[in-house]
Amino acid sequence: MSTSTLGPKSTSAAPAGKSGNGAPRRDSYEPNMVLATQTFDVVGTRPVRHDGADKVTGRALYGADLTLAGTLHGAILRSPHAHARIRSIDTSKAEQMDGVHAVVTADDLPEAEDKLVDVGEGDTRLSYVHGNVLAKGKVLYQGHAVAAVAARNQHVALEAANAIVVDYEPLPSYMTAPEAMAADAELLHSDLRMKEFGEQTDKPSNVAEHFHWTAGAVDEGFAGSDVVVERTFDTSTVHQGYIEPHNVTALWNHDGRLHIWCSTQGAFVVRDVTSKILEIPVSNIKVTPMEIGGGFGGKIPVYMEPVAALMSRKTGRPVKIVMSREDVFTGTGPTPGSHVRVKVGASADGKIQALEATLAYEAGAYPGSFVAPGGMCVFAAYDCANLSVDCYDVVVNKPSSAAYRAPGATQAAFAAEQVIDEVASKLGLDPVGFRMRNAAKEGTRRADGPKFRRIGCEQVLQAVRDHPHYSAPLTGSNRGRGVAVGFWFNVGLESSCTLNVNTDGTVHLVEGSTDIGGTRTSIAMQAAEVLGIAAEEILPEVVDTDSVGFTSVTGGSRTTFATGWAAHDAAQKIVAEMRVRAAKLWSVEVEQVEHAKGVYSSNGNSIAFRDLAAMSSKTGGPVSATATVKPRGVGGSFSANIVDVEVDPETGKVEILRFTAVQDVGKAVHPSYVEGQMQGGSVQGIGWALNEEYFMGADGTMKNSSLLDYRMPTTLDLPMIDTCIVEVANPGHPFGVRGVGEANIVPPPAAIANAIHRAVGARMQRLPMSPPAVWAEVAGS
Amino acid sequence: MHWIDYYRPRTLEACLEAFAEHGASARALAGGTDLLVQMRAGRLANNVVVDVKAVPELNEIRYEPGVGLTLGAAVPCYRIYGDPTVRREYPALIDSVSMIGGTQIQGRASVGGNLCNASPSADAVPPLIALGATCRVASVAGEREIPVEDFCTAPGTNALGEREVLVSLNLPAPSPGSGACYLRFIPRNEMDIAVAGAGVSVRLANGCFDSGRVALAAVAATPLLVPEAGAALSGQPVGSAAIAAAAAAAKAAARPISDMRGTAEYRSNLCEVLTRRALERAVERAGGTLG
Repeated sequence: MSTSTLGPKSTSAAPAGKSGNGAPRRDSYEPNMVLATQTFDVVGTRPVRHDGADKVTGRALYGADLTLAGTLHGAILRSPHAHARIRSIDTSKAEQMDGVHAVVTADDLPEAEDKLVDVGEGDTRLSYVHGNVLAKGKVLYQGHAVAAVAARNQHVALEAANAIVVDYEPLPSYMTAPEAMAADAELLHSDLRMKEFGEQTDKPSNVAEHFHWTAGAVDEGFAGSDVVVERTFDTSTVHQGYIEPHNVTALWNHDGRLHIWCSTQGAFVVRDVTSKILEIPVSNIKVTPMEIGGGFGGKIPVYMEPVAALMSRKTGRPVKIVMSREDVFTGTGPTPGSHVRVKVGASADGKIQALEATLAYEAGAYPGSFVAPGGMCVFAAYDCANLSVDCYDVVVNKPSSAAYRAPGATQAAFAAEQVIDEVASKLGLDPVGFRMRNAAKEGTRRADGPKFRRIGCEQVLQAVRDHPHYSAPLTGSNRGRGVAVGFWFNVGLESSCTLNVNTDGTVHLVEGSTDIGGTRTSIAMQAAEVLGIAAEEILPEVVDTDSVGFTSVTGGSRTTFATGWAAHDAAQKIVAEMRVRAAKLWSVEVEQVEHAKGVYSSNGNSIAFRDLAAMSSKTGGPVSATATVKPRGVGGSFSANIVDVEVDPETGKVEILRFTAVQDVGKAVHPSYVEGQMQGGSVQGIGWALNEEYFMGADGTMKNSSLLDYRMPTTLDLPMIDTCIVEVANPGHPFGVRGVGEANIVPPPAAIANAIHRAVGARMQRLPMSPPAVWAEVAGS
Repeated sequence: MHWIDYYRPRTLEACLEAFAEHGASARALAGGTDLLVQMRAGRLANNVVVDVKAVPELNEIRYEPGVGLTLGAAVPCYRIYGDPTVRREYPALIDSVSMIGGTQIQGRASVGGNLCNASPSADAVPPLIALGATCRVASVAGEREIPVEDFCTAPGTNALGEREVLVSLNLPAPSPGSGACYLRFIPRNEMDIAVAGAGVSVRLANGCFDSGRVALAAVAATPLLVPEAGAALSGQPVGSAAIAAAAAAAKAAARPISDMRGTAEYRSNLCEVLTRRALERAVERAGGTLG
């Protein structure tokens, strides 16, 4: 990997590109640039990841690898209908089959009193979680779990599941938000009443919630605009597409203790939600998170854990269930399809005068589509006093949607960034220059109210404008270059970390954030920085819920930010204790002991961390510290793309010729992993843009629930993705870290759409921009 | 549980006897890249699998100059594109066998299996039709020969009787001045199913098309030979006018459906585009120029 560290090297947190001489210019092109503003000893370097050897040698243990003695294998019976009433379920035939040990339905779940539960990134009604785990009374989507079987092996379990007879009364189904919002649409939930402007109304509706934010004088803003563009956009349901299917093994022991092994982004969420569903105390449940083969938000919800647990309780044996790919597509939460209207007005001098958007997202079977974050992000990159945003969270007969990398923001950016581009074009302005003229900055008020603290929107746009890609010649017919910018948040939530100092000078780090993107290492590096030792001398481990303090999900781009902060704080406690130990050694006051870069000194004495650690037994015993955090200084991230495409007008196929991802990351703790996040988000964005979609038949069933027909990009469909890390330190974090995992998926579909428009003149208002769709648009224009 | 009996005959005679005995409940296993997937999905009710990979006649590649190529039905793709003679003589066949699946699939999947699976989108079939290949079919009762274009009868069904086996494919030796090509369209660049495909062959003489054959994939219930497209070429000067007429004939003959892989209108358009592009490439391979 080739990397150049550019920009001023100082420990001050000056924003990049504000150094007077503009952004760095270079003669030779670097595919992976880091525009660093602060340097440290460990943070910002690229050590080998701690779990690397296990991963590349295949020794890392995933849920499917785990088989306990006496394990029974489970299978889930899923609804073939998109919407139907369950008249009856007859399990008698399945129960009598040889090798079948248990059959469960919703009737086996405890009747829980409905209440709000924290499901990882917010609250939802327990009845919704309940209803999604095993359908009661109605099935709300094809793939909805109806019953489950535990049997001698998977073949018997599948056969028995298919022997369960369910009598369905099919009901009309609704696949999109506009369909479900129609006045004559049947209600998916008879007890659902619309929440509007934060108030519970008594209106029965498929709209679970309507948000509305407005500021300034929107109508006057449009009236005072020289150019106004308004368009409507639709996007299809897409899946996160993690390669490892969901899996669980549950053992309900005879002492009442339940042990769950699974692939999850949040072991404590699994523990807490399972506790609520099964009505047993959290202290009776231990969750061991196995290695996770991708999540992207989709491995936050709980699906099979309570079901496997119930069957283990019935049989007294461990029960293991592993989803098939079809189960994953039809039975787990994708990201919502959307229907978005955006209107932008600007004056001839290039100043945006008014912004207006209406977003309706498909929540799927149960409320909670992340439409509100979509509304918060839709205009987040722009500083405009007159704006109005309406958001509708709409239930439809598709799987209950789940988080997917910057949930809600990509759909919004696909709409907004195309309209912004069109306005710039109509004003005859450079698309990046227009965005810079209107860029959000510290103090800009977002649509939903909060004012931004220090952000890197302008710096990211400046890095785009100054990037060699942006000014590189692009010749040839049917080729075009597009840009787009996007925003996503960073959450704090809660994290715990324990450090145990070994007498050989290494430190075991115990944490509870399941590692999806190399976070063991990025967390360990922050402890190493404080302790003044090498990253390799920290030995991080992700442990079960009995062995570490509460830790929220790996989600919201929070893990390096927050669990890293806990590691930072625990390391500071270790430093404090080591100073006490050194003081004891030299018979001085602790205040007389200084620490710098892993060396403790006082009055001419000095001792290295390693040597002091070796003496811990003589200086007071083991050295250990735990820190917990609930940080508030979160720092959102802006991300932008430059993309070159070539369109084959005869087939509609779009080839990505060149792709550059630019992102403000605050401080890249491990630049390689940050680049990996930027490239990964770009790849998912490209897939979402070009081919991925839930292709639904007229009967509301998914027709392409396989990796063959749900076309995620392969390596052959992608260019090398160049990265440019921009560092505008987050003042809220000890090392200036911002959440970096998500913002990178926000701009790609919009940037590609803008590139297609420049290439062939077609304005793509629907995702995916698949070959038939692009061809139809080109042929029609 | 559903149990499967497995046979692995080592002679053609034993293979034919296995099918004579088990008939409709037996399925031939060559590469298994379709069969095993369909069995796992519960789409087949067979309870006998006859592994044909040890039967010599189904596993040979033999080229005789002036006669042609005998391609055993179970020969996997990698052996075909690894054979220098086949590469030289049948580039259109190489086009298809090197685009089916990925490297691992090509190590297993056979052209015979691709044909027997009778998918309308099978990539190996249009070039076989364009090249005028025939099927050697055998049973304990005897043998018969079927032109490839008559082999598939509907999606997933073929002309084989319950007791019959596809032994090999016979491709005539390419005549001087001939060239062929297979092109398909997929949304991705690999690991995908044809939205449409066009296999073509031409024979050039004295600056004219002497003859031509065009076959299409994924635009009808079976792979489709388009005689009108061939007729549009015959006797015409080699050039874009004749090619455009053949491409238009291909488009007119297509009877596509709309599904998750594309709309009918889009597929018809692809037939024209792919036929034109494939013919241009075939002319080039035949040593002709488009002028």
